[in-house]
Amino acid sequence: MSLLEIKNLHASIEGIEILKGLNLTIEPGQVHSIMGPNGSGKSTLARIIAGEDVYSVTKGSILLNGKSLLDMDPEERAQEGIFLAFQYPVEIPGVSTKYFLRTAVNSIRAHRGLDELDAYGFLKLVKEKAAWVELDPALLDRPVNEGFSGGEKKRAEIFQMAMLEPTMCILDETDSGLDIDALRIVAAGVNQQRSPERGFLVITHYQRLLGYIVPDVVHVLLDGRIVRTGGKELALELEEKGYGWIEKEVAVGA
Amino acid sequence: MSNDSNTTLDQWAEQSDYKWGFVTDIDADTLPPGLNEDVIRIISRRKEEPEWLLKWRLGAFEKWKLMTEPEWAHWPDHDWRPLDYQAISYYSAPLRDEDRPQSLDEVDPKLLETYEKLGIPLAERAALAGVAVDAVFDSVSVATTFRDKLAESGVIFCSFSEAVKDYPELVKKYLGKVVSRTDNFFAALNAAVFTDGSFVYIPKGVRCPMELSTYFRINQMNTGQFERTLIVADEGAYVSYLEGCTAPQRDENQLHAAVVELVALEDAEIKYSTIQNWYPGDENGVGGIYNFVTKRGLCAGDRSHISWTQVETGSAITWKYPSCILKGDDSIGEFYSVALTNNYQQADTGTKMIHVGKRTRSNIVSKGISAGKGHNTYRGLVKILPGATEARNYTQCDSMLMGTDCGAHTFPVIEVENPTAQVEHEASTTKIGEDQIFYCNQRGISSEDAVSMIVNGFCREVFAELPMEFAVEAKALLAVSLENSVG
Repeated sequence: MSLLEIKNLHASIEGIEILKGLNLTIEPGQVHSIMGPNGSGKSTLARIIAGEDVYSVTKGSILLNGKSLLDMDPEERAQEGIFLAFQYPVEIPGVSTKYFLRTAVNSIRAHRGLDELDAYGFLKLVKEKAAWVELDPALLDRPVNEGFSGGEKKRAEIFQMAMLEPTMCILDETDSGLDIDALRIVAAGVNQQRSPERGFLVITHYQRLLGYIVPDVVHVLLDGRIVRTGGKELALELEEKGYGWIEKEVAVGA
Repeated sequence: MSNDSNTTLDQWAEQSDYKWGFVTDIDADTLPPGLNEDVIRIISRRKEEPEWLLKWRLGAFEKWKLMTEPEWAHWPDHDWRPLDYQAISYYSAPLRDEDRPQSLDEVDPKLLETYEKLGIPLAERAALAGVAVDAVFDSVSVATTFRDKLAESGVIFCSFSEAVKDYPELVKKYLGKVVSRTDNFFAALNAAVFTDGSFVYIPKGVRCPMELSTYFRINQMNTGQFERTLIVADEGAYVSYLEGCTAPQRDENQLHAAVVELVALEDAEIKYSTIQNWYPGDENGVGGIYNFVTKRGLCAGDRSHISWTQVETGSAITWKYPSCILKGDDSIGEFYSVALTNNYQQADTGTKMIHVGKRTRSNIVSKGISAGKGHNTYRGLVKILPGATEARNYTQCDSMLMGTDCGAHTFPVIEVENPTAQVEHEASTTKIGEDQIFYCNQRGISSEDAVSMIVNGFCREVFAELPMEFAVEAKALLAVSLENSVG
C-alpha cells in the first residue's frame, strides 16, 4: 500500500479552481519534491492535505495508508501522521513552546494508544531533538514562534516535526528566507528523520534545498496539474532553464 | 404602592407572625414583591436587628428613592430595559432541607455535567447544586473543625447576621465606612435591603491559618441577591478570602447587587479572590443575572496592602469596579482581572485606585476576552491626590477578540495632582485568528483545546495571582464558557 495517494484532485478557493486534477503517489521511505512557478498551486496542495477548510475539494481523493483524509478534521489528520512545516509559522502569544508541544505530543500519543509523556520524558526528548537542528532549548520557554528570527522559526518547525514523529512530512518552502548555514542545519534535521517508513514532500522554488535533501522523485506543478515527473536531475534542469520551456511544451501538448 | 400590594404585604406579615412568629421563624417563605419602608422593617425585624441598623437601612432607602439608575453603560446589542424594583422580592429565607433535592440523582444532569468538567469534588457538587447537605456528608463536622481551628487564632468568620448579633461593636465601627450607604444607586439599595453575607475579622498580628472560602459556609449559600461582606484585617494581620463558587448556579434572580468592604489597618494585607459564574443567560441573550456590585477596599494604615483578583465569566451584565483607597503611606493596591463575555454577555469592569498617602503604589492588570456577540469594557480611574508624593501606578489593559461580532472597549481615566507621581498605562488588543487555530490543529490539537490554551496563555498573569486550586478551576471554567465559541 502506498503511503500517500492523491487521485484526480480538484480544489478551489472562493470559486476559483486552483488544483485541476492532480495525481501523486508517495511510497514509504521516499522523498518527493514539488517545484513550480508562483501561483501554480504548490502551497495550496500542502494546505489541502493538512485540511485547511478555506479550500473546497470538489473532486478526487487523498488517502494516507489507505484511509481517506478528506473525511477527517485537520487535528485527526495530524494524529494519523500528517505533518506540515509551515511556510510562515504562526505566532501564539502567551503560550510557551514547550507547553504547546507537550499538548501536541500527548494528543498524538493518545490517538496512537500510547501513555502521556511525563515531564521528565518530555524534556529528555526535547533536549535530544532540539540538538538535531541546533535549537537553543531556552528558546522553547518563549511563546510559540514569538520573537523568533526567520531561521529560528524554520528550525523550530523541523524540531516540532521530530517531536511529533509523523509518517508523512510536508515541507512548504522551508528554505525560503534561510541563509546557507541555516539551510544546511534545517536539511540535516530533515535527513536525520528519513526512514524506510516515513515519506517526505518537499515544496520549493529552488533546486538549492534539494542539494541537501536529495529527492527520489521531482514533480513540476503547473496551473494545478503535475505536468512532468522525473529524478533529481529534473531539478537541476529546471534550475538551469527555468519553467518557461515546460510551460511552452505543455501549451503545445494541449 | 397600590392598595393591593399593601394588603398582600400586611396579610403576609400578619399571617407569618401568627403562624411562626418572627423570632422562631426559620423556614419562612418569600416576601411578596415590592419595596417600601415596611419591607425594610420586616427584613430587619426578621433578622432581629438592633434599632441602629434599621435606622441605617431606612436612611439608605430614603436616599435611594431620590437616586436614579445609572445609565453610563455601553449596550450595543443588548435589549436593555430598566429594572422594575417593585417587581422584585426582597427577602427569601433558605430552603428547608426537606424541600431540597435529596441526592445528586434529583439534580439537573446538565448541571452535573458542568461540575464534572470543572473537576469539582463530589461533596462540593452536591452543595453547589443545593442538595440537602446532611444527606451527602456531615457538614457539621466540616464546619466545626474549620471553626475550631479559626477560633484558636482568634479569627472571626461568620455570616453577617451572626456578626450583627455577636459582634455589634465591630460591625457598627466599620459598616459603611468604605462604601457609604449612599455611595451609589445599587450600594444604597443593598444597604436598605441586604439580607446576609460574610463577616471576617483578623486580630492584630494574626496570619489567618487558612484561606477563607464561602464554600465552608454551605448552610448560608442561599443568602440571596443582596449580600454584604465586610472584612477587617487589624494591624499586621493577613487574610486570603475566596469568594464565589466555581460552578454555575441556576439562579432565577435577575438582579444581584452586593457590597464588599475591606479595611486593612497598619501593615495588614487582604487578598480577595473572586470567581463569578452566575447564570449568563442563554445563547440568544435571554435571561441571566444583572451583576451590579460595589467592591472597595480601604488601605487605612501605613504599609497596608489590598489585592483584588477576579475571574468573571458569568452574568448577563456585570458592572463591577473593585477599588482601593490608598490612604496609608506606602500602602499598595492591586487589581488583577479576567473578564470573559460570550453570546450576548456584557462585562463593564475595572478599578479605581485613589492614591492619598505618600509613596503609595498600585498595579492594574486587566484582561478582557470577548467572543460571540459579547462586549467587554474596561473602565478605570487612577487618581493621584496632591499629598500622594512619589505615588506610582502601572496599568496594563489587554483585550482579546474572538470572531467578528464581539467588541472590546476601554475607558481609562488618569488624574494626577502631584508632579512627583509616576503613572504608566499600556494597552493591547489581539485577536485569535483562524491561522492560529489551524496551526494548532495541524499539530494534533483540537480547536477547543487550542482556544482554551491561547486564552489561558493570555490570562496567565492574572491566574498566577489566584490560589492554586482556584487557578485550576478558573482555567477549566474558561474552557467551559468558551465551548462552541469557535466554528
